[in-house]
Amino acid sequence: MFDVLVIGGGVIGGTILRELTKYKLSICLLEKENDVCMGQSKANSGIVHAGFDAVPNTLKAKFNVIGNKMMKGYTKELGVKYKNNGALVVAFSQEELAVLEKLKARGKANGVNGLEIISASKLKRLEPNVSNQAVGALYAKTSGIVCPYELTIASIGNAMDNGATLITDFEVADIVKRENKFIVKSAFGKEIEGKIIINCAGLGSGKIASLVGDSDIEVKARKGEYILIDRESGGFISHTLFFVPTKAGKGILATQTVDSNLLFGPTAEETEKEDIDTSAKGMSFVIEKVNTILEKPPLFNTITSFAGARAFSNRNDFIIEESKNTKGVIHCAGIESPGLTSAPAIAKFVVEELVSKQTELVKNKKFNGKRESESCFKNLSIKKKNKIIKKDSSYGKIVCRCEQITEGEILHAIRTNPPAKNIDAIKRRTRSGMGRCQGGFCQPYIADLIAKEQNIALTEVTKKGKGSEILLKVTK
Amino acid sequence: MKKKYDIIVIGGGPAGLAAAISAYDKGAKSVLILEREDCLGGILNQCIHNGFGLNRFKESLSGPEYAFRFIDELKTRNIEVMLQTTVLSMREDKTITAINSKEGVFSLKAKAIILAMGCRERSRGALNIAGSRPAGIYSAGTAQKFVNVKGFLPGKKVVILGSGDIGLIMARRMTLEGAKVQAVLEIMPYSSGLKRNIVQCLDDFDIPLYLSHTITKIEGDKHVTGVVVSKVDQNRQPIPNTEIHFDCDTVLFSVGLIPENELSKSANIPLSPNTRGAIVYQTRETLVNGFFACGNVLQVHDLVDFVSEEAFLAGAYAGEYIKKANKGRDAVDVKNGKNVAYVVPQKIDKNIDGNVKLFFRPTKMLKDCTITVKCGDEILVKKNKKIVAPGEMETLILTKEKTDKIVYEIEVLVEGDI
Repeated sequence: MFDVLVIGGGVIGGTILRELTKYKLSICLLEKENDVCMGQSKANSGIVHAGFDAVPNTLKAKFNVIGNKMMKGYTKELGVKYKNNGALVVAFSQEELAVLEKLKARGKANGVNGLEIISASKLKRLEPNVSNQAVGALYAKTSGIVCPYELTIASIGNAMDNGATLITDFEVADIVKRENKFIVKSAFGKEIEGKIIINCAGLGSGKIASLVGDSDIEVKARKGEYILIDRESGGFISHTLFFVPTKAGKGILATQTVDSNLLFGPTAEETEKEDIDTSAKGMSFVIEKVNTILEKPPLFNTITSFAGARAFSNRNDFIIEESKNTKGVIHCAGIESPGLTSAPAIAKFVVEELVSKQTELVKNKKFNGKRESESCFKNLSIKKKNKIIKKDSSYGKIVCRCEQITEGEILHAIRTNPPAKNIDAIKRRTRSGMGRCQGGFCQPYIADLIAKEQNIALTEVTKKGKGSEILLKVTK
Repeated sequence: MKKKYDIIVIGGGPAGLAAAISAYDKGAKSVLILEREDCLGGILNQCIHNGFGLNRFKESLSGPEYAFRFIDELKTRNIEVMLQTTVLSMREDKTITAINSKEGVFSLKAKAIILAMGCRERSRGALNIAGSRPAGIYSAGTAQKFVNVKGFLPGKKVVILGSGDIGLIMARRMTLEGAKVQAVLEIMPYSSGLKRNIVQCLDDFDIPLYLSHTITKIEGDKHVTGVVVSKVDQNRQPIPNTEIHFDCDTVLFSVGLIPENELSKSANIPLSPNTRGAIVYQTRETLVNGFFACGNVLQVHDLVDFVSEEAFLAGAYAGEYIKKANKGRDAVDVKNGKNVAYVVPQKIDKNIDGNVKLFFRPTKMLKDCTITVKCGDEILVKKNKKIVAPGEMETLILTKEKTDKIVYEIEVLVEGDI
């Protein structure tokens, strides 16, 4: 039996899991997919929001601002890429300039530093490729970017290094309360016991809440479609550019990513939970908007398009609270934007303020929060690269030519926590297959490496878990 | 290890092999081929079908057989090869940084560099095709590698988007392996593949080719389960209510090849937006002195025989280049005229002796046409052709006598009936 069961391996579950390992507790993460970070944490904008957008005195405002301040140190400790690139909310009319004043005031009320309204000419100096129609912008200096799946995977990996257990392919089907423990049952009949449950199930958090009698928590999905541009055009913009929010919504954003790609999106469409299909309509909307905010955006260098589903609750705010009906259960539900930014702050709050009410927290003196950085080989000096290759020659073999990822890095991803078990899992950890050929050249090699490391047949290698086998059978 | 070479060839596929042999035969003393795979031959190794070498050897060889003709030739010469070695970057001073397991990261220097890195397939992602992102979606060449090299079949019910040659070849290959290829879809009103491949790979196996059709949606969560296909109008936009649904477990993309010039960019070599390869003189020297390019990294060829021909040319001129100082350029531009997508070379240096062979592709299919090379109002060459199509590369020879007449620039154009 575990002291704490965390349900859901996204950024919220991952950061909470890591926070828990700072204490003497036995912890287990239950994830329904074959890998962690398979829901909204793998397909969002990766923005570390400054905090001017959230309505004052909401949980969103509170955790956004604290999370923004924590992110630099948090990512550094975990060896995760983070860049304080600053954001610009671009106005196209006098009316929109007036809205910028409101946003600035709201930011100030939320405790956001470094907000400034700048002229069109200063905007053009900061971002030469911004639209010529722009009349000014709100400049948020504390805004940043981070890779959402890198952060999630690193948090979970570090928690596992500190003793946490991960069980994948465990979709929670039922929760039974016994005197002083819960029995959590999977869809395939497995059972795990724990004293405390933390619900971080993203799109499934409403369902988990209802399993413990909290039917007032409703969670719906909003789909967001994105277009990703080759690193070659990564220098086209350096800040994160937003439209001024209107009644019709926030519009899209255009940003550089920490891996030097450009990312345009997302759309916002309420959908069925599992719908993460891209659509012609969505992509043409993104293209139209990008053409509005930028002069001649490099759409010719499109690498791929994708969509993610964000969970949002019926309360128009994060839900972070103890269950009203079942003692020992904590809900983190409807954590939409700025959830990624807020994650480290939410994790600290949940453990220190909510878990502490259920059980005594005793410091784990062996906790080591540091984690070796993933996929950093290509950025090392030649001297350092050669030192590594001398020790392990697999680092001298490039497998993914577009992103220059070595065999050593892929083996590392398969062998370290949380272990990559399929092709997409390796992609998220190493970036192999994320470049301009989209895995066309490296996929056969990576499939071989997975088969060899796991001692399975090539026909058992999957793209993203059972049912996604990449090959059918041996040829005639 | 040796650090300095007369000539370094990047890539050991058909272009690199022929270029290295040719440069060596022209007198280059130290020639090195850098190849990232564990054997020479490049993409030919996965092309187990026949039809290679009909022009060059007057016989029908398989891809590996064609490659071995050159590898055997290579072995009779003192040409060095480094396998499993990837070039990371190059500089204009002809310094190359490469990596392999034995030497780690290392630098090499050459008097001339021949770029022969080939091309990559355009992926599904670059096309913004709507739908899900499940397993079972491959570019045709990746599927070819799985089937022919790894010995595994991706699926048994297939739809192929794009009628490029690899797509056509794979339609036949998958059929021979027992898969059902339900359709080959082409967004254009004509195929981009060779006529002979349409006949031998589709018609002979009763595989339907849908012209002016594209995939408008991919379905399936974990694994692809089907596609929605729509007819497109003249602007390649899907026409509503023309949807056809196909159940399938595999979708192959054969939607164009892109020269892999990321390394060329690292040495600031100017590229043509039309070919996406380097801008070259008839010698295949790029606009950066001492860098030559040939094969699919320069322009995507239809036949490997033409790749070899171009590589022999590039290798020979690279061999010349390291022997004597450039006598200075007297260059004129070659422009794309009416209905011409691109012409290689883009520049003609009048100080170079010999005839110039122009390679070009039309922008569309034309019948009963006239191909003309003009300098101002003066017609240098005129040739009639029954039919031209973007899928088949055209050639024209400009004699030295004609090139001497050129002032400033020439233009290649095609006129005919649609």
